[in-house]
Amino acid sequence: MSDPLSSVIIPLLYLLSAVLFIFGLKGLTGVRTAQRGNRLAALAMLLAVVTTLIELGVVDYRWIAGGLIAGSVIGAIAALKVEMTAMPQMVALFNGFGGGASALVAGSILWARIVEPGSAGTASALLGADSATTAFLSIVIGAVTFSGSLIAFLKLQGTIGGQPTLIPGRHVVNSLFLAASLVCGVYLAFFAPTPGELAIAALVLGALGLLLGVLYVIPIGGADMPVIISFLNSLSGLAASMTGFVLGNNLLIISGALVGASGLILTQIMCVAMNRSLGNVFFSGFGGETAASDSREYSNVRSYSPEEAAMVLESAESVVIVPGYGLAVAQAQHTARELGDLLEKRGAKVSYAIHPVAGRMPGHMNVLLAEADVAYDKLFEMDAINPEFKTTDAVLVVGANDVVNPAAETDPASPIAGMPVLKVYNAGTVMVIKRSLSPGFAGIKNGLFENDNTMMVFGDAKKILQELVNEVKSLAA
Amino acid sequence: MGALLVGLYVFVLAIFVGFEIITKIPPTLHTPLMSGANAISGITLVGSIATATRGETTVSAVLGVIAIIFATINVVGGFLVTNRMLGMFGGKRKR
Repeated sequence: MSDPLSSVIIPLLYLLSAVLFIFGLKGLTGVRTAQRGNRLAALAMLLAVVTTLIELGVVDYRWIAGGLIAGSVIGAIAALKVEMTAMPQMVALFNGFGGGASALVAGSILWARIVEPGSAGTASALLGADSATTAFLSIVIGAVTFSGSLIAFLKLQGTIGGQPTLIPGRHVVNSLFLAASLVCGVYLAFFAPTPGELAIAALVLGALGLLLGVLYVIPIGGADMPVIISFLNSLSGLAASMTGFVLGNNLLIISGALVGASGLILTQIMCVAMNRSLGNVFFSGFGGETAASDSREYSNVRSYSPEEAAMVLESAESVVIVPGYGLAVAQAQHTARELGDLLEKRGAKVSYAIHPVAGRMPGHMNVLLAEADVAYDKLFEMDAINPEFKTTDAVLVVGANDVVNPAAETDPASPIAGMPVLKVYNAGTVMVIKRSLSPGFAGIKNGLFENDNTMMVFGDAKKILQELVNEVKSLAA
Repeated sequence: MGALLVGLYVFVLAIFVGFEIITKIPPTLHTPLMSGANAISGITLVGSIATATRGETTVSAVLGVIAIIFATINVVGGFLVTNRMLGMFGGKRKR
């Protein structure tokens, strides 16, 4: 401890890094400062890595360098190649790797300090009860984050179905596995008497964590993805914090706590936007019994051609575009912006209404529209735009369903009862671009489609929007 | 248990700092915030570097190297993708 480098300078450098992380996050909360904030956070990370290398002194750097180079190349290629529409699954995947890394670090420590030296005694006796406990938590939380994020990635990617997969009796099964992993973790930390048994307990714990991640995310359907991605984000922060406890590194504890807190806040915001609790998201699984009994028969649905829709748009003085997940699937954000600009050029007031859970992750629609060069001051949040619909001539709903369903307000028996929705039905004319009358994620009928002031335009969002652009242009000529 | 208590203090206070900062965020920035925070959670990279130093093919070293790769993917990918997204938000305040 007398060495000033390791006792004073290194901890101060870590503290500086933690402060930079906080400033970075603070920057991310404003549009003007966000870019700088992100770079500040990246700088903080670099500082942390360099500090760690200084702390290690002269060691064999080959493995470290190899790992850093491999990870950087993979991460950079993935980040630079990904389409903006595929952003939710990319974020989920990166998140999973972070969680997985935390679990692996905890495992590596157990092996290095107990299994490989062949030390006799329990983990709590050898490492201290605190390190032993946090090591077990780090493994299980990290493993859950890893597999849960991978399942979320596969669901968003469309590799496995986005609909909730409901296993009968899954609550009992999930609870049993959760209990089993806790028992296994406590055994690992306090009771495993030999290195061999500790190794087995660690492996079983990791496997149980992976299984739990799969079991908890598999039943969750597409529209609940914003909640689950935020929550997994929070978990990856917690896993990093736990690793920090094991290593006695305050920088990891602080950074992990910051991420954990930000993920929790986003989770909370998403839950409020759906009028559901986190428990409800995890345990209900939409599309079950309630939805099946609901009538999906539609009457009074009138289908219009793009030409007829274009005539309405052409004469509208105010137009609100409501994007949903369908817009992302059809990659129609650029065409939507083209139509918006065209109508604006013809004198209409054009705005975009964003429901907090439109899309598959928090802020999904904002990113897509930003990519399409829509100025962010044209985007309006639900609470800001809802009073405006009464004086809006035409609303164009592109690939959104549940977030504009009036049943949330009118039908107390509806599965989405109480969820705040965009009150598009108040507008003069509502145009809905949709591939078919198939129900949205919640599996319920949308009364909006039967309203007298609703025009259904069936087809692929991008194709229909392009036709609308052409029609409006030809009407003008 | 001294270190654990200090760690707990730091943990709890940092959570409050996190709450204070993030509650002000506008919905427009939810995605960049998430992916930026996500990159920060790759801080576990620091832990993985410390565990991969032996340069041998022991289990602990191998786990450490895989952890480095995973965490670096998280860090580099997360910051770059956030940077890309934020680049689209900037520079077009009024059109």
